[in-house]
Amino acid sequence: MTRRLSGIPASVQRGFRRGVHRAAAAGLLAASLAIPGTAALVAAPAMAQETPVRGGVLNSIVQPEPPTLMLGLNQQGPTQTVAGKIYQGLLTYDRKLNPLPSLAESWTVSPDGLTYTFKLYQNVKWHDGQPFTAKDVVFSTSKFLMEVHPRARAVFSRCESITALDDHTVEFKLKEPFPAFIQAFEVSSAPIVPAHLYEGTDYRANPANNTPIGTGPFKLKEWVKGSYIQLVRNEDYYKKDLPYLDGITFRVIPDAASRSLALESGQVQQTQYSDLEPFEVPRMKTLPNVTMTTDGYEFVAPLSWLEINHRVKPLDDKRFRKAIAYAIDRKFIRDKIWFGLGRVPTGPINSVVKFYDPKVTTYEPNIDKAKALLDEMGLKPDGKGVRATVKLMPMPYGETWTRLGEYLKQALGKVGISVVLESTDAAGWAQRVANWDYEITTNFLYQYGDPALGVARTYISSNIRKGVLFTNTMGYSNPKVDELFAQASQENDPAKRQEEYSEVQRILSDDLPVVWLLEMEFPTFLDKRVKNANKTAIGVNDTYEDVWLSK
Amino acid sequence: MMKSDFWRAFARNKGAVLGLVILIAIVALAAFASFLFPGDPWEMATAPFQPPLSEDALLGSDMLGRDIASGIAHGARVSLLIGLTSTAAALAIGVTLGALAGFHGGRIDDAIMRFTELFQTIPNFVLAVVLVAIFTPSLTTIVAAIAIVSWPPLARLARAEFLSLRTREFVQAAITTGQSNTTIILRQILPNSLSPIIVSASLMVATAILLESSLSFLGLGDPNAMSWGYMIGAARTVIRQAWWMSVFPGLAIVLTVLALNLVGEGLNDALNPKLARSRG
Repeated sequence: MTRRLSGIPASVQRGFRRGVHRAAAAGLLAASLAIPGTAALVAAPAMAQETPVRGGVLNSIVQPEPPTLMLGLNQQGPTQTVAGKIYQGLLTYDRKLNPLPSLAESWTVSPDGLTYTFKLYQNVKWHDGQPFTAKDVVFSTSKFLMEVHPRARAVFSRCESITALDDHTVEFKLKEPFPAFIQAFEVSSAPIVPAHLYEGTDYRANPANNTPIGTGPFKLKEWVKGSYIQLVRNEDYYKKDLPYLDGITFRVIPDAASRSLALESGQVQQTQYSDLEPFEVPRMKTLPNVTMTTDGYEFVAPLSWLEINHRVKPLDDKRFRKAIAYAIDRKFIRDKIWFGLGRVPTGPINSVVKFYDPKVTTYEPNIDKAKALLDEMGLKPDGKGVRATVKLMPMPYGETWTRLGEYLKQALGKVGISVVLESTDAAGWAQRVANWDYEITTNFLYQYGDPALGVARTYISSNIRKGVLFTNTMGYSNPKVDELFAQASQENDPAKRQEEYSEVQRILSDDLPVVWLLEMEFPTFLDKRVKNANKTAIGVNDTYEDVWLSK
Repeated sequence: MMKSDFWRAFARNKGAVLGLVILIAIVALAAFASFLFPGDPWEMATAPFQPPLSEDALLGSDMLGRDIASGIAHGARVSLLIGLTSTAAALAIGVTLGALAGFHGGRIDDAIMRFTELFQTIPNFVLAVVLVAIFTPSLTTIVAAIAIVSWPPLARLARAEFLSLRTREFVQAAITTGQSNTTIILRQILPNSLSPIIVSASLMVATAILLESSLSFLGLGDPNAMSWGYMIGAARTVIRQAWWMSVFPGLAIVLTVLALNLVGEGLNDALNPKLARSRG
């Protein structure tokens, strides 16, 4: 259990984590009262202990190599980590997912929850020397992202108008209240792109995509395909004396064993997401020169589950799904398959996300209960002890998921559910799940800081869309759930919102449309000389403007 | 050829006898797997990462607590089954095509040999991977894929034998007595061309086992069947923490393939006595 934020006293961190859900409601209230500069407060203890020094280059890994660094066009994980240093969003978020300033210095939300006004930093320049103004924000959110960014389109289409009140003020007017709106300005959700380069062009074919121009503290110097991406200090950055680093180099290392070695030998000072395989983590944790943390992924907050096709009998019966839940030992999955990375989930909302409520029906491993439920359904064991046969198609995302499939086959076999494993490649998997051509599969989705953005999409019946991945592919439909998610997404009062989300969590944990398996955690390894890195909910994808290397 | 001659010739090759002993042991292990290790080899029977010689896992347990020894015993079934059936299938395709080509000659020979060369120009393993990936991994598709990539050498061998035998007097005599082509192929030429085919088939079983192991290693094995290649593939990632998970199944593959090769050589000696005597 080495949860460590660089520079923040352990007691404060523990407080952070325990208070996540209780503080969640307070967070939104605070946001509506405009709170600039909370980042400075949080970081204060670090400054007191050690004085940052200028200079040095941070080496890290990028894996797999991103297809482009134009973050507006591509939001794959590796792209985010590199391009998050080049581009910026209006906001970033602290560990509890409360907004912090990024390009926006301050912001206000009108009491009716319909008008969001952002004050932008002055003197911000694009990497090509052009001034950054409100016009860029309006262009990005109302035109560019609406056309090319799948998640941003769903959010900004809720706007009645997006206007630049002056060069440094932007106003978003919503058609109806949508309090999750404040969570939508993170750098990968809404990267701000230069209007002077993109306005009136074919965005996807613009030559500027190869030479990304952002506002961030680092600029792209050189990208040798297959070898490394070199970022250098932006000398004209709008915050005085920042960034501290001279540059950041991301090395492309396709081989997993070589990646571990690079960290072990000190060749790189940081690894993130899936750079290291889970089975390497226990060993790497004991290295003397690095620290490991699983913090910094609160914004993505992945939750994995057994996705179950309700169109197939007997999977449509919630007693059967409950029997599955009782048959599975999630602690075993966490400890033996993920080598201790992750948390045992209780319901549809990841415990680090706002409005999480632990007071729901939970399913401890209990073979007798599972068998009793199957008996009640009339599924008696035949001569071989088999009560029902189902097909499981594990997600083809590597070893760990294959092991999970093998475990599930055994665990379900113990209660008389015989599992036939099906294997596919990534494309085939996506195709079959999207077209409902599966019985059970494993899957995980990101939650993006708010149930309205990352949770509702899996369970609401309006999102049963054949051919579209990461929708309600189960075909689960419960009018009460639809209604509660709809109400909560438009509710301005955080207390009422919490009530609605709590109720929906209670209903879902009883209906069990999917069987939640693991709140996934990714390991971030940092060399002990790296200071101030990985402080926010987007962790390694943040700008790294105040990261520094001690000598 | 007399039986006793055959055995004498075979036994002269000490390696072959050793190979046969190992092979019989492995066949016995496969046959009695359910008796020696009752229950499912996928069963997570003990604690994960148990080293060899621990209480309830003689050869240790893997990352999910499955018994390595049980996996090896049950894996022997899969490996032998796949080795034998895919060789049988390859024999059926290869010998049929080779016999037709060699017996008829001319255009038929040309057509069949061009078709064979087409297969020979594609690297075996790559084709097998593609076939299994396309038709989704299962025992049937793996056997089919291995058979499809393994038959061309057999076809060439059978063709060569048929080409040389069809000009012999006994074949000519059979033709003169009005026997049908099928009868001549099956009853006159085939029995006389069997020796080299049997020898290369025995070596092919070894190749097929290796192919299956390689496919499983790459994750293209039947996900419901425990096999040696799968065990190594899954254990490869933790080899620095747990050597035993990959070493024992690896040994099993080495021994089986070695045994098959030794036996093959012994068969060669026994079936081509002239060659063997001149050598020994």
